[in-house]
Amino acid sequence: MTRSMTTPTLERAAEETVSSGSPVKAGAFRPAQLWAALPDALRKLDPRTQLRNPVMFVVWVGSVLVTLDAISQPTLFGWLIAVWLWFTVLFANLAEAVAEGRGKAQAESLRRTQRDTIARRLRADGSEEQIGGAELRIGDRVVVEARETIPGDGDVVEGIATVDESAITGESAPVVREAGGDRSSVTGGTTVLSDRIVVKITTRPGESFVDRMIALVEGASRQKTPNEIALTILLSALTIIFLLAVVALQPMSAYAGGPQSVVVLVALLVCLIPTTIGALLSAIGIAGMDRLVQRNVLAKSGRAVEAAGDIDTLLLDKTGTITFGNRQATELIPVHGATIEELAEAARLSSLADQTPEGRSVVALCAREYGLPAEATTDEARAEFVPFTAQTRMSGLDIGDRRIRKAAAQTLLAATGVQSGEVQRWVDLISDEGGTPLVVADDDRVLGVVRLSDVVKPGIAQRFAELRAMGIRTVMVTGDNPRTARAIAAQAGVDDHLAEATPEDKMAYIRREQEGGRLVAMTGDGTNDAPALAQADVGVAMNTGTAAAKEAGNMVDLDSDPTKLIEIVEIGKQLLITRGALTTFSVANDLAKYFAILPAMFAALYPSLGALNVMGLHSPQSAILSAVIFNALIIIVLIPLALRGVRYRPTTADRLLRRNLLVYGLGGVVLPFVGIFLIDLLVRLIPGM
Amino acid sequence: MNDTVAGLLQVVLLLVLLAACYAPLGDYMAKVFTSERHWRAEAVLYRIVRVDPSSGQRWPVYAAGVLGFSFVSIVLLYLLQRLQPILPASFDRGAVGPATAFNTAISFVTNTNWQSYVPEQTLGNTVQMAGLTVQNILSAALGIAIAVALIRGFLRSNTDRIGNFWVDLTRATVRIMLPFGFVAAVLLVIMGVTMSLHSGGDIGGSTYPLAPAASQEAVKQLGTNGGGIFNANSAHPFENPNPLSNLFEIFLMLVIPVSLTRTFGTMVGNRRQGTVLLSVMGGLWAVMLTLAWLSETHPTGAAGIAAGGMEGKELRFGIPGSILFGVSTTGTSTGAINSLHDSYSGGAGGVTLLNMLFGEVAPGGVGAGLYGLLVLAIIAVFLAGLMVGRTPEYLGKKLGRREVTAAAVSILVMPSVVLIGAGLAIALPGTLDALNNDGAHGFSEVLYAYASAANNNGSAFAGLTVTSDFFQTTLGIAMLLGRFVPILAILALAGSLAQQKRVDAGAGTLATDKPLFGLLVGGTIVLVAALTFFPALALGPLAEALA
Repeated sequence: MTRSMTTPTLERAAEETVSSGSPVKAGAFRPAQLWAALPDALRKLDPRTQLRNPVMFVVWVGSVLVTLDAISQPTLFGWLIAVWLWFTVLFANLAEAVAEGRGKAQAESLRRTQRDTIARRLRADGSEEQIGGAELRIGDRVVVEARETIPGDGDVVEGIATVDESAITGESAPVVREAGGDRSSVTGGTTVLSDRIVVKITTRPGESFVDRMIALVEGASRQKTPNEIALTILLSALTIIFLLAVVALQPMSAYAGGPQSVVVLVALLVCLIPTTIGALLSAIGIAGMDRLVQRNVLAKSGRAVEAAGDIDTLLLDKTGTITFGNRQATELIPVHGATIEELAEAARLSSLADQTPEGRSVVALCAREYGLPAEATTDEARAEFVPFTAQTRMSGLDIGDRRIRKAAAQTLLAATGVQSGEVQRWVDLISDEGGTPLVVADDDRVLGVVRLSDVVKPGIAQRFAELRAMGIRTVMVTGDNPRTARAIAAQAGVDDHLAEATPEDKMAYIRREQEGGRLVAMTGDGTNDAPALAQADVGVAMNTGTAAAKEAGNMVDLDSDPTKLIEIVEIGKQLLITRGALTTFSVANDLAKYFAILPAMFAALYPSLGALNVMGLHSPQSAILSAVIFNALIIIVLIPLALRGVRYRPTTADRLLRRNLLVYGLGGVVLPFVGIFLIDLLVRLIPGM
Repeated sequence: MNDTVAGLLQVVLLLVLLAACYAPLGDYMAKVFTSERHWRAEAVLYRIVRVDPSSGQRWPVYAAGVLGFSFVSIVLLYLLQRLQPILPASFDRGAVGPATAFNTAISFVTNTNWQSYVPEQTLGNTVQMAGLTVQNILSAALGIAIAVALIRGFLRSNTDRIGNFWVDLTRATVRIMLPFGFVAAVLLVIMGVTMSLHSGGDIGGSTYPLAPAASQEAVKQLGTNGGGIFNANSAHPFENPNPLSNLFEIFLMLVIPVSLTRTFGTMVGNRRQGTVLLSVMGGLWAVMLTLAWLSETHPTGAAGIAAGGMEGKELRFGIPGSILFGVSTTGTSTGAINSLHDSYSGGAGGVTLLNMLFGEVAPGGVGAGLYGLLVLAIIAVFLAGLMVGRTPEYLGKKLGRREVTAAAVSILVMPSVVLIGAGLAIALPGTLDALNNDGAHGFSEVLYAYASAANNNGSAFAGLTVTSDFFQTTLGIAMLLGRFVPILAILALAGSLAQQKRVDAGAGTLATDKPLFGLLVGGTIVLVAALTFFPALALGPLAEALA
């Protein structure tokens, strides 16, 4: 399986590589995006679109009322309020349009991969016919040869080929696709670089992986997620309360001696209802999906992104996530009286010709531990290399009359004809512990054993500790025997592990966790992972995996990097935190707006209420206008935050709450006092205010 | 000993008494509702009314029980008043008028005990004892039952059963209200409260009324009812003769709502969950008491300074004894009074009003305080809980669409009823005639009336004449909506919570048993009330207080 580090692709410009362990970052926001989104934002002024968002619909109706009022009784104040109310609606539309626009750009770049392709379909008798890619049906078998584009999604049923998948994943290194096993899936739009394969088509045209990716990033099929619905209900309830408070205010104010004008009542209502979060809510949701896309993860629904934030248990594949994919040399064990220096020298020489990661790790170990040169010297470079091949399964070099070899124990012992109980004991021991033993020999003299073992990625234990602090349990899944698994689990600091895990074991584990009410996330690529991927609350299928796995999961990682599961969880959390933070901010803002608008409304009725004008605003009109302007501008100011998501670092719920309450709760109370005061300084310059 | 020191001593004594009862009473109540055993008297009762006490009910069935029982109670109480002339011991006080009977029936069944009549001139002993005292007990028991059903919703997993209403009601009556009410009545008699079946007498040409006051007073306070057997309520010397009885009556109205937080903590298996809610109740109560006290001891205006803040207060209680009672009676849903809230300073009057507008959670009515606070806690969890990066959870239950809808409906009712009611009333020309005061104070009286009705408090800012059909009807409707719509929402909430699995809290979940959460809930209560009622309060008590 090919595992590559994350490479941003879909929006290659302006995105940064995210390495595991760093806080969640997001795509840059450019003010120019606002201009680009303006036409879309204007189109969204349609009341039918506005109805989808109850809070902003109330603002829309208010704007219409104030505009009608301003037309019938034109005053500068009335018109200014009307204009800024329309700006409020427009800014909300802008937020959504900008978020959608980013998705559209990504969809565009994907669409370019969808050219009309010619498919070479195999008839039942084995002969070929040429048809258009759009005419392919499920079950058709097509031939694809070098430099041809694969016409549709499917599984390789015959042959082996290297495929350039950069159109989808952005990864330029070709990947191998072959019939049978877990590397059989190919994606329409990718190109075969060498050899010939027969592909059995598994999707109808128009429903291919790329088609669905386009639909997803465009947000065409976007539906509100459960938490978004719940929040909308609460915001609607708040809106109803404020609507009542403002409507009931009119008779109360009339009793006190002065009914209020429509303009003032609407201005108060719009300032009170949670417009900030109402305006940004859908942008936050779209941006959350978008942040995943930027990391080359496609979520099939917003629901899955939200669920990622709630994950309690992570099932992580050992290989590639917890340990490096390849085994590395970790120890040299001399035998038969050889010294460690002799063994190190021979091990290094024998590996110079071995360009596999394992071979390189032997050279690296010798250089690190025994001070030997890390590169071949000039003399050595002239020696005759015996490179590792699948046939000999042995590497080495001939230097002078020495023939130094390194190979798996059975191969080398057979080749040298040596029988050694001591070597066999070490070989068995290392195998038992889950390592891979290699034996090194100089001619017929066996010098010792090299231990290759899984190396736990540096920093992963700390990462798991962070996850634990966030309340997430990590479970390592491995095919290793229990002893090895236990050793690596202890080293990596996971909370639990599944040794000799079969797909059924995974499934059972997920079920057990879910019985206890916990949400589980996992990655998988094989067809036999599919049931577990479907059962998990968040199932991330590797793009290299089979079509069945990709179908079963609710996310697909185009980079096929299982470490990304952790990032996915963080993005889910960040999405929810952003929603909560802006809701709190929005509600906390109301206090200052009351202090601006109420004295302006009532000071004429009860002069004593002028004492509430703590900001010392210039006049009733300037106070009300300033509050309305602040209310509109704060939406624009917060668009980048909504798209980027609030700063998130993995830590305990307590600390997160404390910090966010301070920033968005207390900040939400204080900021509008300052903002309205400053706006009032400008507004008072308008003649007649 | 000066007034302040005496007042502080009263507060300390009150807190000591409450602290002493907190754990034993709270745990006892938890046992009452978790015990499998039925008392023999209860078993007989279940057999007579043909209820299978071992069967659980789905929430709509439970709710149907609540509504059916309350409807029958209202009809019976209405008939008792209308048929008073043919009842024994009615002292020729005649039939109660239809509007007043309607209002009173609703008022006592909804635990409001708003009184738009003069008891000693209107009602005889039969209506008082068989009607009002019975409802004082049953309406309180019903409140406890609802709170317990909600707690069960949090506790249970994968079930649609939230308990049996008839069993909950019976146990709350037989094991809590009746025994404790009896003990309280005996203690009140010892303290000098009247207990007589005579209608009254005549000393030196002036008449004095008599009534079975102690038994009524005990459950009136214990069940946070508040309907006095005399018009002067707990300011009347026969209902509340001395500072000791005054303190005991304050204790009675606080003890069950406060101890129910212990019941909650014990039942959910984490007492700190209860302690946090207690601290929210206690914190709000303490802040409001302090504000009222400061405002009363620093009177403004010539008349206020001349009276030394004593206008409308009984000399035997003084400022502290009056304020302590006033803050407690509006913080619970009692509504009994021992002083005229109408005569309080603008600040203290505003405090009693605000106490109700908080939704009566400091510490709230019997049962109603706990479930009201739990709903506000759910709102707080939902608003802030997202900020820890998870779908909000409370006590191991996720707060999704259904839970938020139920909680939102529950908190929407009271502000809607208060704002619509007060807005409508103040817009009608007839209202101005019913007001004794005009200007901001007059508006406060109207706002107070609807706040009191919608919150099932029952206390009045006297000064508003509420005997017109308009007030009798709208206030009656306000009481009905304010009581039963939230109850329906709470039961629906309990039902949907019970269907979920219960998940243990981890490091990633918002901790709801820590002081920070208490602050959060307190902040939410104040913010929601402030945002909703700021404009109305500005035109009433705030305009007065700043004047």
